Amino acid sequence: MTDVAHAGMGDARAALSRTADVFLMLWRDKFAFVSAAFLLFVIYVAIFGPSILPDGALTMNLRARNAPPFDLERGWVYILGADNLGRSLLARLAVGARYTLLIAGSAVLIALVIGTFFGLIAGYRGGRIGTIILQLADIVMSFPSLLLALIVLFVLSPQVSNVVLVLAFSRVPVYLRTCRAEVLEIRERQFVVAAKALGASHARMVFLHILPNALPTLMTLATLEFAAVMLSESSLSFLGLGVQAPAVTWGLMVSDGRGYLATAWWLSFWPGVAISLTAISANLLANWLRTVLDPGQRWRLEKRGES
Amino acid sequence: MGRYFRQRTLQSALSLFGLIVLVFFLARLTGNPADLLLPVDTPQSVRDEFSARHGFDQPMIVQFGRYLIELTQLDMGYSLRDGHPALDHVLAAFPTTLLLSFWAMLISLTIAIVTGSIAAWRPGGLFDRIASLISLAGASVPNFWIAIVGVLIFAVWYRVLPTSGTGTPLHWVLPVAVLFIRPCGVLTQVVRSSMIAALSAPYTKTARARGVRTRTVIFGHALRNAMLPVVTVAGDQAAGMINGAVIAETIFGFPGVGRLLIDSIMFRDFAVIQAAVMVTAIAIFFLNIGIDIIYAILDPRVRHG
Amino acid sequence: MTQSLLEVSDLSVRFHSRGTIVDAVKNVSWRLDRGETLAILGESGSGKSVSAAAVMGLIDIPPGEIVSGRIIFGGENILNLPLAAREEINGKRIAMIFQDTLAALNPVYTVGHQITESMTAHGVERGEAKRRAVGLINRVGIAEPERRFNDYPHQFSGGQRQRIMIAAAIAMEPDVLIADEPTSALDVTVQAGILKLLKKLQAENGMGILMITHDIGVASEVADKVAVMSQGEVVEQGDIRSVLDAPRHPYTQRLLEAVPGRRGYLQTGATAGDLLLEVKGLSKFYDLTSGLLKTATGRKIRALDDVSLSLSKGEVLGIVGESGSGKSTLVNALLGLIEPTAGEVLFRGQSMLLEDQTAMRALRRRIQVVFQDPTASLNPRMSVARIISEPWAIHDSVLPRGQWPGRVAELLEQVGLSPDHAARYPHQFSGGQRQRIAIARALALQPEVIICDEAVSALDVSIQAQIIELLKDLKRQHGLSYLFIAHDLPVVRDFADRTIVMQSGQVVESGRTQDVFERPQHPYTQNLLASRPKEERHRGRALETLK
Repeated sequence: MTDVAHAGMGDARAALSRTADVFLMLWRDKFAFVSAAFLLFVIYVAIFGPSILPDGALTMNLRARNAPPFDLERGWVYILGADNLGRSLLARLAVGARYTLLIAGSAVLIALVIGTFFGLIAGYRGGRIGTIILQLADIVMSFPSLLLALIVLFVLSPQVSNVVLVLAFSRVPVYLRTCRAEVLEIRERQFVVAAKALGASHARMVFLHILPNALPTLMTLATLEFAAVMLSESSLSFLGLGVQAPAVTWGLMVSDGRGYLATAWWLSFWPGVAISLTAISANLLANWLRTVLDPGQRWRLEKRGES
Repeated sequence: MGRYFRQRTLQSALSLFGLIVLVFFLARLTGNPADLLLPVDTPQSVRDEFSARHGFDQPMIVQFGRYLIELTQLDMGYSLRDGHPALDHVLAAFPTTLLLSFWAMLISLTIAIVTGSIAAWRPGGLFDRIASLISLAGASVPNFWIAIVGVLIFAVWYRVLPTSGTGTPLHWVLPVAVLFIRPCGVLTQVVRSSMIAALSAPYTKTARARGVRTRTVIFGHALRNAMLPVVTVAGDQAAGMINGAVIAETIFGFPGVGRLLIDSIMFRDFAVIQAAVMVTAIAIFFLNIGIDIIYAILDPRVRHG
Repeated sequence: MTQSLLEVSDLSVRFHSRGTIVDAVKNVSWRLDRGETLAILGESGSGKSVSAAAVMGLIDIPPGEIVSGRIIFGGENILNLPLAAREEINGKRIAMIFQDTLAALNPVYTVGHQITESMTAHGVERGEAKRRAVGLINRVGIAEPERRFNDYPHQFSGGQRQRIMIAAAIAMEPDVLIADEPTSALDVTVQAGILKLLKKLQAENGMGILMITHDIGVASEVADKVAVMSQGEVVEQGDIRSVLDAPRHPYTQRLLEAVPGRRGYLQTGATAGDLLLEVKGLSKFYDLTSGLLKTATGRKIRALDDVSLSLSKGEVLGIVGESGSGKSTLVNALLGLIEPTAGEVLFRGQSMLLEDQTAMRALRRRIQVVFQDPTASLNPRMSVARIISEPWAIHDSVLPRGQWPGRVAELLEQVGLSPDHAARYPHQFSGGQRQRIAIARALALQPEVIICDEAVSALDVSIQAQIIELLKDLKRQHGLSYLFIAHDLPVVRDFADRTIVMQSGQVVESGRTQDVFERPQHPYTQNLLASRPKEERHRGRALETLK
């Protein structure tokens, strides 16, 4: 039955309809669609936001000190209010988005690459090396990540690069373990054994047969991890051990606003909303990815009436 | 059974040892640990004398041996602030954090098991969808922000809860709330998915076919099996409690290990930081063993493995 | 006519899954009397298990929906009974056993607990239930019942677990026992034991048995009546002998036609071709290790123990064995996936266990493999074209890249698929079609030998027959030789020129297929053949007398 279902997909149209399919499947899950749209918006703001803001939004403006939100007198830039130095919170959020996404994004990417690399070795080679790699990962993983980051950043200095490295380091085991588990499972599947029986090289087995099948899980994990890493970074910033001014992240903004809680709650409130919405979106998108990338679940989101 | 425990305990011990090594080398990464252990304005002569007394001028391997011996004698140095043993500071603060974590964990697990199980009963139903969204949000919202919003609402606007100290049970409400939300969100998701799997598992069907009462099928058969992954994740979450405790104790002025840690960082009091990390690591070591025991009780396959 | 014990009439069940409706069964009717066995026979997707699930109230609503029908048991319609009344019937008056014994028993409870629970759920006092449970364990043929009472499901073998499940099912002396593919996952000798046990229990307490199976042999072994199902409908039912001997419905006729073991032995060409593959004294031992440091204990597992065989051009050599017989180790050794402890593998007189990688690759090309599970043996992320051309990518001197698409199209046609299937992905095909793709891949390097490792075992009987036909065609066209590994005796009987029987890593019998099947020498072979359902034996005999 299912053979006929996909018969319409010709060679040439396949690539085009694939993109359309992804979009359709995204559209079908409204939560995921909104999440994806929101994440794209945040990324757009992070890249172009600071440059399209009107002049003066980021300079001190004593007349606008702690200006309340939803007051359009000073123009739309002040819609979310202003901070204790009279800078537009909206503009600050845009700048903060840049640092927050950059730090979380690079930490996730570094951890993904390193974790996958060692996970492949541990899973594919196995043996003593595999055991040692896994043991090291367990040591890092068994210790609370925030505590680890605290002492490392205490000893080193909390520059952006160090924050990224610490966050990446503490998350490597997550990818490593997942990747290893996937490899161990995929490696035993018959198509891999078939390739081995054909005399395929190790590179071919790993990069053509094993990795492409492990990638969906790793991508889903990376999306989930993006939320987790962003939260860790925010916590570090909040505790004053993350990036330091003049750099600004959303977590730092929440921390800066703490002193004005009784008089100007919006200083801490909006950046927290930004963190929460971004993390929730990433989590929802990860849930969707898990459904889409699992062939057994995918039908849930495919076109109706086709099967 | 014996083999399983030997192996798991050895693994936990290796992790503990790994951390000890990590802290040792971290302290020496910046050069002389004397710089970390002494106030910034200490004269060079005092530094040199301190280094010599603690053997910081000797080869790395000698230093490491000495460090291990000091650890086994529970000698973790002295606080810069008041000259008391660093370990005393940590042990004084530890029960507070333990109690805070205990309550947060208890509430998390209770809510997660009840909500997750009900949601799993009708996957895709209204309750499930609402519970899933709330638990996902709970796992996504930063706890320090929840703390601040909590203070804003309950202390600043309505003035019903205190913001700092430990005097009355009311003082515990906000810290515990801040601490339990994230683990609760994570655990609810785990309970839900493993309960869905258990409820549709063949052994559940067999139990129904044998005429076992529905209540026994759900709580005796499905939930019992669904608990296995929950125990593992709950163990991780319990170990991660210290992450949340740092935040909650800092914001609410709670005299626990988390607060002590942050204060020590402010004062650059490395001996206390090191002691706090060690004590936490040892606590996690015992936690892991406890989790392994619970797991083995729940799963006969592990016991006989 | 008197009232039947259990009667299903006009039952229609539907499943709703996002936007699509599947009619699982349509207007199904059957009846079961006391002391009688009814087999519901069908291939996968025929809906054969659905009516039983409805009888037990195990259909989840939604997504299931019972459109019409009645199930009369004990004089009342038990369809849509309230939960409490349902629980009164399940396990007490109608009991059920399942195929996957490891999954169907709860892993965290002892088997004793689970058998006891079947009784306490129906009001038997706990102490009494425990006493009776020990007796039941004994009754289903498990030794040391007191000790095994406290063991967990994973500590039993598959056959023993099925016995435990039967013990739990018969604890309340039910009127009806429903058995859903109870022996499909078990070896043939174990299967024989379970079927015998069921018949013995039926004789003792006169229960009616509903046997759901895809296996005609099993059905004929135990059933008095049969209902044949196809695509959700009962196409034919009646007395088992008359249905099997004189099927009226075209589907039943086709199904029986496809059943292996009805064609008689292959007439072996006395003039065997060149000797292609020769295995001499092949052994593979594994050291048993223990502890963290994996120290050897001195004990060894003999996965392969001094195995010798030979295969000539144009010949089919069947290799028969149950689980643990060493079949898979042999395949892995022949494919170079594991290194044997001792022995030789020669291809056209040249050793295949050499260090020289280039020479080895050239030799290995001559032997290709088709695996059991067609779903697992194709990379889900590669198109069919890439899957089939992968051998050329690995052995890059065989075919210039420009010729790949044309050759892929040719191969697809040879295995009975269409050239425009090349752009599709494995999940877009059915199981039989996937196995054809796997065969096309095996043909890509123009091998002389193809190892079929349980290549048709996972397929439905009718698909199985088609694949065997294809293998025969290809053999004729390309002069191929097959090493045909299977646990299914009739398939081997049909297809192999010569057969060897393996047990615990050793070859216990070998010879012409007809000799092995008709005049087995080794006790194990005799036992194996005697374990076959009598229908299969009967088929063989009938053919012999015909000749």
